[in-house]
Order: sequence, then C-alpha cells, then structure tokens
Amino acid sequence: MNKDEYKKLVKKHEPQENKLNNAIIAFLVGGTVGFIVEGIIVILMNVLNLTRIDATVWTSLIVIFTASLFTALGFFDNWMSKAKAGLLLPTTGFAHSVSSSALDYKKEGLIMGLGSNFFKLAGSVILYGILASFILVIVKVIISG
Amino acid sequence: MASKKFNNVYIKDNFSIVGPLEKDGLLKNYDLAMDDYYYGEKTFEQAEIKMQQVVMDNLLRTNKLLENKIDLLIGGDLVNQTSVSSYNASKYRIPYLGTYSACATYVEELIIASAFISGKLAKNVIAITSGHNLNAERQFRYPVEYGALKKHTTTFTTTAAVATLLTNEPTSIKIESATIGKSIDMGINDTNNMGAIMAPAAADVLNTHLLEMKRNVNYYDIIVTGDLGKVGKEIFTDLLDKVYNIKIKKYLDAGCEIYTNAQETYAGASGPAALPLVLYERVLACKRYKKILIIATGSLQSVQLANQKLGIPGIAHAISLEVE
Repeated sequence: MNKDEYKKLVKKHEPQENKLNNAIIAFLVGGTVGFIVEGIIVILMNVLNLTRIDATVWTSLIVIFTASLFTALGFFDNWMSKAKAGLLLPTTGFAHSVSSSALDYKKEGLIMGLGSNFFKLAGSVILYGILASFILVIVKVIISG
Repeated sequence: MASKKFNNVYIKDNFSIVGPLEKDGLLKNYDLAMDDYYYGEKTFEQAEIKMQQVVMDNLLRTNKLLENKIDLLIGGDLVNQTSVSSYNASKYRIPYLGTYSACATYVEELIIASAFISGKLAKNVIAITSGHNLNAERQFRYPVEYGALKKHTTTFTTTAAVATLLTNEPTSIKIESATIGKSIDMGINDTNNMGAIMAPAAADVLNTHLLEMKRNVNYYDIIVTGDLGKVGKEIFTDLLDKVYNIKIKKYLDAGCEIYTNAQETYAGASGPAALPLVLYERVLACKRYKKILIIATGSLQSVQLANQKLGIPGIAHAISLEVE
C-alpha cells in the first residue's frame, strides 16, 4: 500500500466532527458573551456617566481580569473546550491564552520560564493583528484618501 | 531476522501506580492510586519522578531485593530527553540505561532486558516506565490550563508508572520471543491522529512475527496492541485484512481498555504506561490466557519536526509471553 492509498484509508476511519453543532454552540456562547459585555458598557455609561470610548476601555479591562481570574481558578479550560470556539473571541481568548501560559511556566523562573513563554500562544495574535491593522489602514487611505 | 527467541527469561513481579482519572476508569487491580496530579510535589515533572520512585521502592521491598542484586535498570518516559527516568535512576546505585520509543518504550525495555538475561549478562533487571497526562500536554501540546479544542482522533496520555522485575529464575510468566519493529513513515503528519501514524508499524511487526516464527494468528490466545486507540484500532484491523490477509479476532487494544466512555478521553488512552497497565491489571490478572502477544506502538514525533510538516514515523515492537 502506498502513502496516498494509506491516506485514503485513514480518511475513511476518521470520525466526523459535527461542524454545524459546534458552530451553533460557538455562535450562542460568543453571542451571549458579547451581549453581557455590551450590557456592562451600557451600565458604565449610565451609572458612572462615562463616554462610550471610556466605558469600552473599562469594560475590556473587566473582561480581561475576569477571564484571567477564571483561568487561575482552574475552570476556564473546561469552559473553553465545552464552548467550542465561543470563548476564543479576542478579549477572553487572548487573556486566557496569556494567563494559562504564565501558569504553566511560572515554576521555571520569572525570566526563562514565565517571561519568555508568556506570549507563547498569543504571540501570533499580536504579530499578525498588528500586521493586519497596518495593511487595513493602508487600504483605507488608498480608498478614501 | 527481526525475531529473537529467548532462553530463561521470566517476569517475576510488577508494581503499578495510577493517576486520579485512571483510578475511576475500567482497571481495578492497580497497586496504588494518586488523588491528584501533583502527588505532593511542586511540579508535574517532579510528581512523575516520585511516581517512578514509589513503584521502584515498592518493587524492591516486596521482593526483598537490595539495590546491589539488580544488574540493570532500564527506564523510559515522554518528558524531554527521558529526564524523568534518569532523575529517578540517580536515586539508586544501579547501572542504568535510558530508552525512548514513545509509547512503545515499555516493550523496548523488555526486549533489551530479555537479551541481557537470555545472554547470561544479567540475572535481575528492572524495567520502569511512566506517563503523566499533564507533562505530555506541556511537552507535545498546549499549556495545561488552556483547554484547547481537540479532534475525535486525539488520544489521552495515561497517568501511571509501572516497574517490572525480570529474572532468570523460572516463574509462571515466561518471555518466549520478541520481534523488533521497523520505524515506518506512511506520510501522516497529524499529531492528533497518532493511531493512524502507528497502525502500519503495528501491522508490519505482527506480520513479520507470524512469518518468522512460522505461526498462525490464532496461535495466540490474545493479541494486545498498545494505545492505537479507537480510531487506530479500526485502521489496524483494516490494514491487516487488506494488505496482509490476516483476520484478527482474539484482540484487545490497550487504548480502549482504560477509560470509560463517560470520561471524555476522545479516541482513548495512550502513553508508555497504557500497555503495561492493561497487560498486568487486566490480561494477566484474569488468568485466562496462556499464549499472549503484546505489540507496543509509538509515534516518534518531535514538536519541531512535526511543525516542519514531515511525515511522522511510527514504531511497534512485539513480545510473546507464555503463562503457566
């Protein structure tokens, strides 16, 4: 049996992921998180009389803190795998990826362990996030002048 | 010839410890169980070293053996440079060999031990191996607390340590022969489907063993493969039928015999300790089988080479046991 024939045989035995089901769960969980976060923004604007920009910044901080705290308390990883891609959305997913890496490497020291592995998972998000925003700004300048 | 016959090699005793999830799984005959993954240590790596030390100390104590009676200690695990086994070995004054065949490590150890004993170069040899789920996650996958999404073909590294005493004095379990497998790359690069990486090596070693030993597949009362998992097991039986025309019936896969379905371990168990656990705590414990063939399987990847998109080689070694 050659390699291509073998790949076909492996493909035949691979269990099918229920993609539709995963997408629905991710949509509902992600949507709920977005709904809660929007609620926090509205509350901050009305209760503390913040502008929308200020309220958004404070809300981001609250979300980052909450996600990191949940990671540290040890149950956010279970939520992550149950919610499919629903909690991988930028703020919660990013905070969780950084704090889970930090927890994993803290025993190897502050510099060689925690420091150098802090952005192990999030490094790509930062790099390509900056790159993408840079390209989009150029596109925007070209289109709208 | 890849197959070797051994003279006067026997398994005298075995000692095992399992992790918290395995304790609630299908196997019930283990010697000790841990309540948590730290086992009283600061880190998971140190916990795994302690697991090895505990099984080793217990094996020596229950057999009333002093360190100077052991001619050779052979160890292996999944942590970088087999460091867990080497750190454990440093606690004893016993000549030590470190081995690595990923999840096929245990049978590689038995083959080396058997060669030494059969060649009258050693009388008592201890083979020790361990796996720790969270160390394997750190080693090969994501940070422990990340909880990354996994495919249904992924296997779950078994947390356990097993130490076995081999000797030249007759006991009820004889190591009769072994077949050393070839490292086989069939172009599969998916580290989340190790069953597919290992199945061709397992099928090849079984076929080689049967041909060289001039035996039929029904010669054995049971054939046990190590950690192919639910998906790999199907590929293995399919390959045997299609390519080698072997219809395997009396067959178990260690990957499918450790966790219950409710334990959400995807395609089942893997890890160097999975096969010896099932062998001692299930296959030998039930005392029903006289002729047993065990085939340990390993996926020989490294994180770097897997990221470089090369096909991952699989390995499988077979050993034949006769029980009186």
